[in-house]
Amino acid sequence: MNRIDQRFAELKSAGRTGLIPFVTAGDPSPDHVVPLMHALVEAGADLIELGVPFSDPMADGPVIQHASERALAKGVGLAQILGWVGEFREKDKNTPIVLMGYLNPIEIHGYAKFADEAVAVGVDGVLLVDCPLEESATIKPLADAGLHRIFLAAPTTHDARLAALTREASGFLYYVSFAGVTGANRLDLAPVRARVAAIKALAPALPVAVGFGVRDAASAVAIAEFADAVVIGSALVEHLANSSPAAAVTAAVRDFLAPVRQALDARSARHAA
Amino acid sequence: MLAKPFDTAAAAAAIPAAASAADSINYSNYPDEHGRFGDYGGLYVAETLMEPLAELRDAYLRLRRDPEFIAELDRDLKHYVGRPSPIYHAERLSKKIGGAQILFKREDLNHTGAHKINNTVGQALVAKRMGKRRIIAETGAGQHGVASATVATRLGLECVVYMGAVDIERQKINVYRMKLLGAEVVPVTSGSKTLKDALNEAMRDWVTNVTDTFYIIGTVAGPHPYPMMVRDFNAIVGREARAQMLEEYGRLPDVITACVGGGSNAIGLFHAFLNDREVKIVGAEAAGDGIETGRHAASLAAGRPGVLHGNRTYVICDDDGQITETHSISAGLDYPGVGPEHAWLKDTGRASYVGITDEEALAAFHELARSEGILAALESSHAVAQGIKLARELPKDQLVLVNLSGRGDKDVHTIAAREGISL
Repeated sequence: MNRIDQRFAELKSAGRTGLIPFVTAGDPSPDHVVPLMHALVEAGADLIELGVPFSDPMADGPVIQHASERALAKGVGLAQILGWVGEFREKDKNTPIVLMGYLNPIEIHGYAKFADEAVAVGVDGVLLVDCPLEESATIKPLADAGLHRIFLAAPTTHDARLAALTREASGFLYYVSFAGVTGANRLDLAPVRARVAAIKALAPALPVAVGFGVRDAASAVAIAEFADAVVIGSALVEHLANSSPAAAVTAAVRDFLAPVRQALDARSARHAA
Repeated sequence: MLAKPFDTAAAAAAIPAAASAADSINYSNYPDEHGRFGDYGGLYVAETLMEPLAELRDAYLRLRRDPEFIAELDRDLKHYVGRPSPIYHAERLSKKIGGAQILFKREDLNHTGAHKINNTVGQALVAKRMGKRRIIAETGAGQHGVASATVATRLGLECVVYMGAVDIERQKINVYRMKLLGAEVVPVTSGSKTLKDALNEAMRDWVTNVTDTFYIIGTVAGPHPYPMMVRDFNAIVGREARAQMLEEYGRLPDVITACVGGGSNAIGLFHAFLNDREVKIVGAEAAGDGIETGRHAASLAAGRPGVLHGNRTYVICDDDGQITETHSISAGLDYPGVGPEHAWLKDTGRASYVGITDEEALAAFHELARSEGILAALESSHAVAQGIKLARELPKDQLVLVNLSGRGDKDVHTIAAREGISL
């Protein structure tokens, strides 16, 4: 069973909301990626989205753009990132890893080659921002190798498309909470809740994670009212940006992510009671 | 014995013949319904843009069959843009070169000084019909920005133009022109601070403001339907040229050439000739300091298939798939991708693509200025250089048609600075 499916099954039976942090691989420091990933898990991450930096991140706001630029300036590339996942897997066999990024690095690496290598090191899924459902034949080798292809749904996604997305989705569906780039501050809960309800009506068993605009414990708890998981990206990346030595990175993760975890768990406990 | 002024056998060999794969293709039938030209093109964008792009595609496919829309576009092209643009026989230049006759399709004579207006007039009319109130655009040399600002202000639409900070520096005149036309010019400081980054930033604006904003892409790249739509609006260049050739010269040209950055003026000229197998087609890319130096922007000549800016095409990137910085003296050609239709024409062999260096383009700029009294844009000077090369190898009775896509007024500061002259 894919670790992503396993994890969402566990969350469901425990009545907990999943917490999915996003970090750009190699930022703030390529030397501390693996300790950072372990720190994310210790602070309560249920799944890690590891950003593969790209030179032209069209869907990202300034925070993740700059993180990508910093990582690229330090020579971070796909082979190195796969190496980090492998190293992480030596100690952590259970936390699912999703690589998130853009197509070109994988296209140039070779889809079949990437798929084999990613599965071998313990990657569980990919979220390729510029590969929508219509072009998903492009990444068929990844699915064939057992990687989940995580699709996005957005406020501009109409019902017919939403139905097609839920049919093709694997792992979970990532609902983008507003039309915009990552890190913007435009979260308006009511329409998000309505669209997540529409997804749930179409595919009751498909986990839905909500991301974009989740900045802290309060916004995470608000999303947890109707989503299976929340994704925190830009706010975390920003928090990490100035923490270079390993201890500072670990501390920054705990300071930032642990309170979100506690708030989510407190909400789940209230809900159960 | 007098040396032969030309050697027809060698000249024929110098130009690649159409490959057999190209012979069975009807080029009018592309892209297919998925926006593909062979393996290239498509729709590689974030989910948020998928429905808006579908709406744009449907609106455009409807409008291009709508007689009222077509009539309005024709009126604008005639009375506002100043079409048709003439074909000019550069007799003095041809005589100096001593080979084939060089003809120029004078897109530099259009309103705002380049072919770019053909597309922006068309897209602005689409925007108006779709009820959008705000126009955004990216620009490299500034010609597309000026052309977008021009049509936006004429229709009373707000206009924001994204431009790389490096390009703002080298195209100051066009930046000021855009401001005079009421547009807001937003400097882009991410990445290489040139055209590709301006395109990224415009996409980010569009994804954020997609309900009321129309994105006028300036080249034949981007997600479907842009490569098709921008081509269609520029294809007036080739349709006119083809008819003018038949009327004024009684035959089609032997070779046609144009500069290729994203490739909009080139596809504009080429498209009407694609099914005329006897017409050779050559695109001139920016070889910058020389392809062997790595400092160039020749995606087709020196790049590889990849995915950038919403389409699969040839891109210039490293072995990790990161898009690398390009170089050209001409901001409008300084782009690491190229329109997907060109990628396909290269692979089918219907067109060939060659590099022209900064030095060759500058030499052609001066040659044209002094022999014909025309200041060509630096972008177009690459096509002029290629036209001269082709003419030199061909007999005097052959015709080389060059797309003179824009005028050089915007470049005089760059050229002066390069030659150590302060104005």
